[in-house]
Amino acid sequence: MTGLNRRTLLAGASALGAAALASACTSNVDGPPPAPQGGAQNSANAEPGKKVKVGFAGPQADHGWLNAINTNARTEARRYTDVELVITEGSNDAATQASQIDSLINQKVDVLVVLPADGKQMTPAGRKAMDAGIPVINLDRIFDSAQSYRTWIGGDNYRMGLNAGNYLGKVLNGKGSVIELAGIDTLELTTQRTQGFDDALKNFPGIRKVGRAAAEFNVQTGQSRMAELLQAYPQFDAMWNHDDDQGIGALQAIAQAGRTGFVMVGGAGSKAAMEQIKSDSSVLKATVLYPPTMAASAIRLARLLGQAKGMGDLAEQEIPASVTLSSAVVTKDNVDQYLPFSFE
Amino acid sequence: MNDIVVTRKRFAAGKIGELRNLGLVAVLVALAVVGAVTKPDQFLRVDNVVLILTLSSIIGVITVGMTFVIIGGGIDLSVGAVVALSTVWATTKATQSYGIGGIVFCALAVGVGAGLVSGLLIAYGRLVAFIGTLAMLASARGLAIQLSQGKTQTVTFKNQSLVDLGYKKSYVLGIPPLVIIFVVVAVIGWFLLNRTTFGRRTFAIGGNPEAARLAGIDVRRHTLLLYVLSGLCCGIASVMLIILTSSGTSANGNLYELDAIAAVIIGGTLLSGGRGTLVGSVLGVLVFTTISDLFTLNNLSTAVQQITKGLIIVVAVLIQRRAAAERTSP
Repeated sequence: MTGLNRRTLLAGASALGAAALASACTSNVDGPPPAPQGGAQNSANAEPGKKVKVGFAGPQADHGWLNAINTNARTEARRYTDVELVITEGSNDAATQASQIDSLINQKVDVLVVLPADGKQMTPAGRKAMDAGIPVINLDRIFDSAQSYRTWIGGDNYRMGLNAGNYLGKVLNGKGSVIELAGIDTLELTTQRTQGFDDALKNFPGIRKVGRAAAEFNVQTGQSRMAELLQAYPQFDAMWNHDDDQGIGALQAIAQAGRTGFVMVGGAGSKAAMEQIKSDSSVLKATVLYPPTMAASAIRLARLLGQAKGMGDLAEQEIPASVTLSSAVVTKDNVDQYLPFSFE
Repeated sequence: MNDIVVTRKRFAAGKIGELRNLGLVAVLVALAVVGAVTKPDQFLRVDNVVLILTLSSIIGVITVGMTFVIIGGGIDLSVGAVVALSTVWATTKATQSYGIGGIVFCALAVGVGAGLVSGLLIAYGRLVAFIGTLAMLASARGLAIQLSQGKTQTVTFKNQSLVDLGYKKSYVLGIPPLVIIFVVVAVIGWFLLNRTTFGRRTFAIGGNPEAARLAGIDVRRHTLLLYVLSGLCCGIASVMLIILTSSGTSANGNLYELDAIAAVIIGGTLLSGGRGTLVGSVLGVLVFTTISDLFTLNNLSTAVQQITKGLIIVVAVLIQRRAAAERTSP
């Protein structure tokens, strides 16, 4: 009996200890993030109008960029007194996301913003909302059918590769060897980025792409594949890395191997990458944007759609059916302009 | 006396295990030959060997823990998720404010804690190992995402000397500290498995838990310890991962469970438990890392790489089975 008591006591004590440790170490608070002050705040459209209930369904935020999408949507909605944002728990499962969209339709939101985990799979769910009279703003990953959305807004993966390739071509003066650290090869966006990159390099006959590896958008695999590439190519002049998150690992591998003497261009536009570009402290000299501010823009578009307004600076009465973002190349010269919109 | 019987059985199994290891050594040699022929300038170099060992070290440490669990008749599906949680927890701003000691302690404590919970559920809660660790896989990954809010947390400047361990200046006689940790863990693991009562009991409860219980082994407590051991290995691996990548993220350790289990299995350990070798598991890890290195060196596409990986798993297991069959049928 005493033995049992002692054990219970021990277990209790260790549980308490664990709880104390948990509360001490889980905190990540570092003050509230500054609200991004995006683009031109258009005067007439900024005036509060009819109240709009916006539903938002996105994938699980298990990656820096996706997390920034959610943050951008939330922060933007808070800036408008006439927007009420209903946000669902993100999911990567097509069935779960479809049911979440159903629930948003039942809640009778005025406009629906959807970043599908998989555009093709979510097409019927978007159609359902449109049929129920709810305009859908399709964010980034595009639905299969134009009947499933009112407006699409998103990035351009092909152009991202194109801009990266053209930038490197200019930096190298059209001569040299490059390598490519891609993302997940089974995703269409990776194929498009690579296609754009290759097409841009065709403009420079003196540049040869000698190596490529897929690093799966993950810090650790970024480190591993980069370490292997550095081993495989003792000398190259430039590289493009599709994603700044995996770039953290890739830059570690480069530092660990003590390699310099080439130019690295990143992708997506994370805060860590932009800070390195700004300080000019590593091989990373530029990054090609795939801006998560598109979520903030989507909230703005949703608000305008709900209030039946057009876009201020266009002559059109209606919101356009498709908005493709440009993939700016961020270098030391213009990094200050983009740093406030970078993501962690 | 029962320990003696078990020991004799283990030695018989050990002989076959050694032959299985020979099969793996052959695969490794074959890969080295392919590397030497296709990329003679880059493959057979000391720094490439160091690279392969470094990239093997993290999954290698996890595989050591996994080998114990599988020989003991269990399985641990949670290793990848625990590594994710452990790296995230150890790199939060609050943990990092305690310095490097805080990071290391936190990573190890989270690993051991997760192992303790899985072990209690399985040993005392009578959950099937597959289910118990599957539950841990889901919740640890979820907690990691929640803690990090999906962000990649980098090591702060104050704690930079931890990350410095991954750089060339920290190499000891040309060997990276990560590889040294891996070797130390593997050697301790080998000693624990083959030269101690703990190891003998692991083989015994994996082979026949009922017989082990009748022989006076506290099967439940031992099972609990096996999961704690696996958790500890995950904690060590997490510290190594933080050193290697200077960051913690909830995406870390993706599919580590499958990599570790595959290495254990091609290493000749029975998935049903009771038989296996640590040397085989380590060789299994080396085979996988060498394949990956070989493919990147030759600039082959991911698709080809995956197809070949699958083929090599099948071939390695077939070679081992043939070696084992020749040994048992004179």
